[in-house]
Amino acid sequence: MVFQQLDFFDLEDEYSEEERMVRDAVRAWTSERYLPLCMDHFEAATFPTEVVPELAELGVFGPTIPEEYGGAGLSNVCYGLICQELERGDSGLRSFVSVQGSLVMYPIHAFGSEEQKRTWLPRLASGEAIGCFGLTEPDFGSNPGGMLTTARREGDEWVLNGRKMWITNGTGCALAVVWARTEEGIAGFLVPGDAPGFSAPEQKHKWSLRASVTSELVLEDVRLPDSARLPHARGLRAPLSCLSSARFGIAWGAVGAALACFDEALAYSKERIVFDKPLAGFQLAQKKLAEMATEITKAQLLALRLGRLKDQDRCTPQQISMAKRNNVAIALDIARTCRDMLGANGVSLEYQTGRHLCNLESVYTYEGTHDIHTLAVGQALTGLSAFR
Amino acid sequence: MQIIACVKRVPTTDAAVSVTPDGKGLVTDGLPYMISFYDEIALEQAVQTKEALGGEVTVLSLGPASGSKEIRECLAKGGDKAVVLTDDEWMTRDARATAKALVAEIEAQGADVVFMGKVATDRDNASVGPMVATYLGWACVTDVVALELGEGGGTAKVETEAGLETLEFSLPAVITTGKGLNEPRYAGLKGIMAAKKKPLEEKTPELEANQAMVASLAPPPPRKEGRLVSDVNELIDALRNEAQVL
Ligand SMILES: Cc1cc2nc3c(=O)[nH]c(=O)nc-3n(C[C@H](O)[C@H](O)[C@H](O)COP(=O)(O)OP(=O)(O)OC[C@H]3O[C@@H](n4cnc5c(N)ncnc54)[C@H](O)[C@@H]3O)c2cc1C
Repeated sequence: MVFQQLDFFDLEDEYSEEERMVRDAVRAWTSERYLPLCMDHFEAATFPTEVVPELAELGVFGPTIPEEYGGAGLSNVCYGLICQELERGDSGLRSFVSVQGSLVMYPIHAFGSEEQKRTWLPRLASGEAIGCFGLTEPDFGSNPGGMLTTARREGDEWVLNGRKMWITNGTGCALAVVWARTEEGIAGFLVPGDAPGFSAPEQKHKWSLRASVTSELVLEDVRLPDSARLPHARGLRAPLSCLSSARFGIAWGAVGAALACFDEALAYSKERIVFDKPLAGFQLAQKKLAEMATEITKAQLLALRLGRLKDQDRCTPQQISMAKRNNVAIALDIARTCRDMLGANGVSLEYQTGRHLCNLESVYTYEGTHDIHTLAVGQALTGLSAFR
Repeated sequence: MQIIACVKRVPTTDAAVSVTPDGKGLVTDGLPYMISFYDEIALEQAVQTKEALGGEVTVLSLGPASGSKEIRECLAKGGDKAVVLTDDEWMTRDARATAKALVAEIEAQGADVVFMGKVATDRDNASVGPMVATYLGWACVTDVVALELGEGGGTAKVETEAGLETLEFSLPAVITTGKGLNEPRYAGLKGIMAAKKKPLEEKTPELEANQAMVASLAPPPPRKEGRLVSDVNELIDALRNEAQVL
């Protein structure tokens, strides 16, 4: 079935020609090249690595990074649209790209030395090197400031010890951006995937984001030169700013997942005959469709405004929190409602809605849980922190 | 090598089209557009030719002034510059008038080879390519599915009802492209950024009057509703006696 994007408020007019070209290129690629592979990989719990060169060719790894480092120098709205279109395919695909761009290339570009940028960014942009971002630990997720992973200075070297959990793209990565506690506070390190003492076993048995690799990172006396430390990353602010960049993409990506489910349920309800007429002709079904279309439209507007603010360098982390919180929550609700409208077919992977529904449970939790973003917005409104 | 790729902006193949009240055209308001399927193949072949032999690819299109997104996409996929011959009636312009307008621009630009789709997916005329070659007085090879091109000429494989035919031709030539000749690339994001800076010129062409006019246009008649049969015997009986196809 051909994907028809819901555009109830003629948002098409709000996008520039360039933005529409970017969106349509990624949309066509996702439909033609990714979606045919997706169901089998979701079922097998594997990422289709064969698409990595194609993604690089499209240019979706770190598209906002300047061209001199291998990026495409695109606007933030373009990056948002890329995330929307990739997540219309699968949240696992968008996660892969978010991690590579926002969580690996972004910190190197923002906090790295010139040598680190020249060494890593072109290889990451071309997909020759795949990176991961290690912040979460078994006992510290929402509160990463409590992390136990340490980096100790020994002469000219750093020695890293600790464990990270739930790390997207850890297994087989060429580079891990690892956050660790030092005497001067939290610092970021570029750990090559083949560093002695580093390993990244895969975490199995996920029922969400199955078409994405999630791993544990084990660091046992990993020795690194000082040139592996991100020189301009000081304290927890550094990893949190990476997350802001990734969350921005998730606020858009969630719209893509919601659009995919809505498109499927709308088409299905027009064709499915129940009690002698199309399901879509019943008031209960129309109420569901009208409410979903309204929530998607609001989410589209929120994402677009957020993108325009970010392109003017005026967007705050709290605005990103509100957009991530809202858009993922409505996407998850919409996926559930669409699943319901598909009846038994909704639990089959032959339809995409069930896959999106499972995926969105992870998206609801990662990059700051829904409740953590509630507290961030609450703090912005009241000036009072309710985190502790 | 100077290479021209002729492309046409057509309604997307999945677009829900409707006929205008006068019964002579399509309602174009809000219709989604794309570059015709075979023209995408022509553009890809033009870009591959440039990559192999050097030179420059000019994208040439007769179409509406508002159609710049689709033409810009051709530049993102590797075209170096574009010329749009503006014509708001482009969809109903007949093959001869279209070919004449394209030929005037091809002669003005100068080219060694012109690629165009074997047929546009909106009108299914399959005539503009051969007409362009005829008016230019150039060699013409149609529905090409495999191609080797050198400086003075080339070899093309053409699908015919009898099988694959291999043709040798000299340049300059007009080559119309068939399915399977290549796999068109996606517009990469870097290409899209680069396309912003490439020249896209709009010109008002001298247009001759149509000699073939659309008299009327009607959607296909609705299909008769199907019928479920209960077993194979009934199916065979229906195929034999009702449909009379066995
Ligand atoms: C598939 C997947 C991929 C991931 N990829 C990565 C990755 O690449 N890199 C990475 O570093 N991490 C990654 N994560 C980890 C993710 O970011 C964390 O799971 C997330 O931050 C939540 O941490 P937690 O699981 O420890 O939950 P917890 O922090 O233990 O939260 C449990 C519950 O408590 C609530 N809670 C926590 N604190 C408060 C509070 N102060 N007040 C009220 N309620 C509170 C939460 O909202 C939640 O409901 C990934 C997770 C998943 C599922």
